[in-house]
Amino acid sequence: MLEFWLSVVLWVALAYPLGQWMHKMLDRERHYRVENWVYRLTGVKTDQSMDWKQYALAVLAFHLLGLALVYLLERTQGYLPLNPFRFAGVEPQCAFNTACSFISNTNWQAYGGETTMSWLTQMLGLTTQNFVSAATGICVMMAFARGLRATESKGLGNFWVDLTRCTLNVLLPFSLLLALLLVGQGVPQTLTQPAALATLEGQRQVIPLGPVASQVAIKQLGTNGGGFYNANSCHPLENPTPLSNFLECLAILLLPAACCHVFALTVGDRRQGWALLAAMLALFIPLCLLCIHVEMGNWEGKEVRFGEAASALWATATTAASNGSVNCMHDSLTPLGGFVTLLMMLFGEVIFGGVGCGLYGIVLCVLVAVFVAGLMVGRTPEYLGKKVETYEIKMVSLGILIMPALVLPMVGVAVVYPPAKAAVLNSGPHGFSEILYACASMGNNNGSAFAGLSANTPFYNLVGGMVMLFSRFFIIIPVLAIAGSLAAKKHVPASAGTLPTCSPLFVAWLVAVIVIIGALSFFPALGLGPLAEHLRFLK
Amino acid sequence: MIYQRALRDSFLKLDPRKMAANPVMFVVEAGSLLTTILWLRQPADRFVLQISLWLWFTVLFANFAEAIAEGRGKAQADALRKTRQDVAAHRRRPDGSYEQVPSSGLRKGDVVRVEAGQAIPADGEILEGAASVDESAITGESAPVIRESGGDRSAVTGGTTVLSDWLVIRVEADSGSGFLDRMIAMVEGANRQKTPNELALNILLAGFTILFLLVCGSLYPQALFEGGEGISIAVLVALLVCLIPTTIGGLLSAIGIAGMDRLVQRNVMAMSGRAVEAAGDCDVLLLDKTGTITHGNRQAVEFVSDGLTVAEVARLAALASLADETPEGKSILTLAWEKFQVRVEAPEDAEFVPFSAHTRMSGVNWEGQQVRKGATDSVSKYVAEFGHQVSDRLRGAVDDIARQGGTPLLLASNGQALGVIYLKDVVKVGIRERFTRLRNMGIKTIMVTGDNPVTAAAIAAEAGVDDFLAQATPEQKLELIRNYQSGGRLVAMTGDGTNDAPALAQADVAVAMNSGTQAAREAANLIDLDSNPTKLIEIVEIGKQLLITRGALSTFSIANDVAKYFAILPAAFAVSHPELAKLNFMALANPQSAILSAVIFNALIIVALIPLALKGVGYRAVGAATLLRDHLLIYGVGGLICPFIGIKLIDLCITAIGLA
Repeated sequence: MLEFWLSVVLWVALAYPLGQWMHKMLDRERHYRVENWVYRLTGVKTDQSMDWKQYALAVLAFHLLGLALVYLLERTQGYLPLNPFRFAGVEPQCAFNTACSFISNTNWQAYGGETTMSWLTQMLGLTTQNFVSAATGICVMMAFARGLRATESKGLGNFWVDLTRCTLNVLLPFSLLLALLLVGQGVPQTLTQPAALATLEGQRQVIPLGPVASQVAIKQLGTNGGGFYNANSCHPLENPTPLSNFLECLAILLLPAACCHVFALTVGDRRQGWALLAAMLALFIPLCLLCIHVEMGNWEGKEVRFGEAASALWATATTAASNGSVNCMHDSLTPLGGFVTLLMMLFGEVIFGGVGCGLYGIVLCVLVAVFVAGLMVGRTPEYLGKKVETYEIKMVSLGILIMPALVLPMVGVAVVYPPAKAAVLNSGPHGFSEILYACASMGNNNGSAFAGLSANTPFYNLVGGMVMLFSRFFIIIPVLAIAGSLAAKKHVPASAGTLPTCSPLFVAWLVAVIVIIGALSFFPALGLGPLAEHLRFLK
Repeated sequence: MIYQRALRDSFLKLDPRKMAANPVMFVVEAGSLLTTILWLRQPADRFVLQISLWLWFTVLFANFAEAIAEGRGKAQADALRKTRQDVAAHRRRPDGSYEQVPSSGLRKGDVVRVEAGQAIPADGEILEGAASVDESAITGESAPVIRESGGDRSAVTGGTTVLSDWLVIRVEADSGSGFLDRMIAMVEGANRQKTPNELALNILLAGFTILFLLVCGSLYPQALFEGGEGISIAVLVALLVCLIPTTIGGLLSAIGIAGMDRLVQRNVMAMSGRAVEAAGDCDVLLLDKTGTITHGNRQAVEFVSDGLTVAEVARLAALASLADETPEGKSILTLAWEKFQVRVEAPEDAEFVPFSAHTRMSGVNWEGQQVRKGATDSVSKYVAEFGHQVSDRLRGAVDDIARQGGTPLLLASNGQALGVIYLKDVVKVGIRERFTRLRNMGIKTIMVTGDNPVTAAAIAAEAGVDDFLAQATPEQKLELIRNYQSGGRLVAMTGDGTNDAPALAQADVAVAMNSGTQAAREAANLIDLDSNPTKLIEIVEIGKQLLITRGALSTFSIANDVAKYFAILPAAFAVSHPELAKLNFMALANPQSAILSAVIFNALIIVALIPLALKGVGYRAVGAATLLRDHLLIYGVGGLICPFIGIKLIDLCITAIGLA
């Protein structure tokens, strides 16, 4: 429990200075020398501010290229260097799923890392995408914030500049720091041959090594979650000590929390950052405490070196942020513990959520809250001085509908389509939860797995791959469209008739809106899965 | 009568082509049809029949709400139509003679002559003449009004009647597009356009509808998982209809129509629904001083004397004002009587000196005596001719009065300045409180006046407006509006004169007085038939009320869903997932009654809320934060709790009478 409260205090305390630093790095006029080298090398015209369509096009083009590159790399790794175990090319379906998964910041893993991917694929393909997919989330958030800040203009900033700055000045230094700390705790970072050991029983065991620390650092910081090893952060080499566990867990929510302040500083209203953070914590703290409470005494699937509380904390944090790394097996959580992790994802990954994308996700909810509350105070609703009108509401509805529109049908098909059903190992409500979890995880770009489900099957590989792509990029488009539309509007000066969007009352209303949208969409599914299982337990 | 028509209309509105405009209710109608078909295939299933019936009732109730809201307007439109009969018009030929044509044959630009007792054939501008006109047909006010060429009272409306004298009018609107026609169309709601916020809300509600379609659609296969018993289509449709926001969806258009109707009841014609909504958004009100803030004429409030007693000054002042027919003059007599019991009668050989622009004095001469009152400088000059000077005391009083924004009149008798009359622009009673309310609502008030800055400042301070524009010209008004608009504010104003037209056209919400000129009426988007400038404040409140009602009922509607889930889900899965019965907090009797109760509640709540939708949620002039708190408490928390109680009660009833 101490670990829980210490983590919460650190998240809150570190979020602001971190946010200030990120804002300083991302929202400035001058370029650093190293950035200029990148621009010269790539031929980026830094003075071009993009309108929303150009920005969205740049995002899509960049990731489409990333998708192709990762896929090719996986398929051809057998012919490429840095492949100590001589892994053959990855199967097409799995390769497609993995490429979709990593470019969409999901990091759903239908494969076992150390037994499938060469070092080159891990470093050039997956770790690189870990950086740029996380950076993209932050870029879109910045573009969105600039749209709210602008007055009667079109420009949302330059994607290439944002991407460069975010990767070079934010993600790289933090990852470097965390990687070094993890190496200090015993996480390998090497390109030497695997360790061959004699076990206590006298048998020979080969333990694969590789550039682990660097990938773990960014997978934690960039809400990616794709581990180097199949067992993710349960693996002793990925997460060796309680201290490394504490650091990795802390890293999960650090940048998403800081994003609240980055957004607020960019739009020029500091209080908004605290309000958003408060709303997130208002849901995170009670749900996490519930998870810890119900997991006490349940050791199944947990690592003894971490304990139940630290595992429950991680499980909640990793599903709240769309991180998806795990330090225990979520399939073994109690029904209510599993309910918490599911709920965190099904809120639409807005309680912290992915770096950047969690923030613009919650702002979509803010816009719904502002709209209804604005009507209730008798004014055309406005957020941060911008009127929220038909076009915005159209895009907000679209943005919010995309996730349920992907997850619900996918669940619907997965529970009756025989090949998909065959992938589930359990029956009854628990089996249902396993399917729901897989769909929720992919549909929300979380990437964690409940286990108990054979993910490397055609249905989950192909449908899941598409779902991950759509849920990531279909939301970015309406978000940027809103930014473009708001940028073109005037600022309405605040008065006594203006709805305050940073009061405790509004925060409470926002929390209610998030809960209502999330709960109303998934109450039946949650009822048939974890709730039914829990109630059955009670009998 | 209204109810009969509304009842008939609610069935006519079942036409799917009409329902399609409202996605929420369209889905309900489709659900009703589907359950009816299900029942027809198994006529023995009374449960499905009941669901189906209640779903039809849900649609009908929503239609009834809309029809009732329209009903009042339709009755009004019928009354108006009677006044819009074809009348004979006397059109001027190019040679100056007149020919008789039907009013329907008049075109814009024609010139007609209307004699006493005749109806004015079309909207127009008076070219010649002055007449008293009976406008009761449109304003409901029986007292005739004066309309005359030139000035700010030169517009006439087709359908009104000239009572005395004659008018020559230039027709300004083709037959069929006149003011009365627009008014009929508006009260009838014939081509009612959805207002921007209504449109946005409609989209959000459609979004929720799609969401719940997805939820219920995917629940069907989910219920089949692992040998589940499945879920019957009728129950699924019931769940869907309960979840989609039918309460607000069913009442949304009624709210809009009723909001416009409230304006009509206050004798305000909105040329577009957009203007009403914009009125709620306004954060700057430009108010004319005269008529809105002050009574429009100065009144004597005090006498100052030097040498004589105040009562003697009052007597002299009254003498000087005996023949003064202006409101100012009359107020001097009133003050002298009320405060000093001084009543004077004209001396026998009195010779009254009327006010002239040249002397700027008026008064009376008798038996060689002279009394004069007038502007300070004129009277100073007058006494100087007699070799006298205005005393320091009186001079001081004059300066004081001017500084307080009043108008000092010097009083002289026989060439000697003896006193000062204090004329004051009297601020209307209660106006200060209204401005305080507006400030609490976050609305800035600006007084516009032609007075000098000193006078303007004094009245502004007394009335409690936030700012003022003194010595205002039409250009300055326009400039002021543009400045506020470029700062992102929405500006509302009232106006009547032709020179107000540019500013009216520029303002976001422009209220023209019906008594005003045609130009002003064309430029405005709201017309006040009572020509009461204070009404702008009421219009703002109606605009806000309209939005609040929509927001409050939306919140209520969505908050209701929680209870409905708890009623329907355990019931729907009673067989396959008996453990979910623990979620049946309300202890509803059995699965069928649970589902039926939820559906019945969902239908009845629409009827229960029709009065609220028509009347609108009460608006109080407090800050946004307080309003939000109150409305969240009533409609949010209330919406959460109310259906738990309602569904339980209905469950008790229907199990008691054995429906389920």
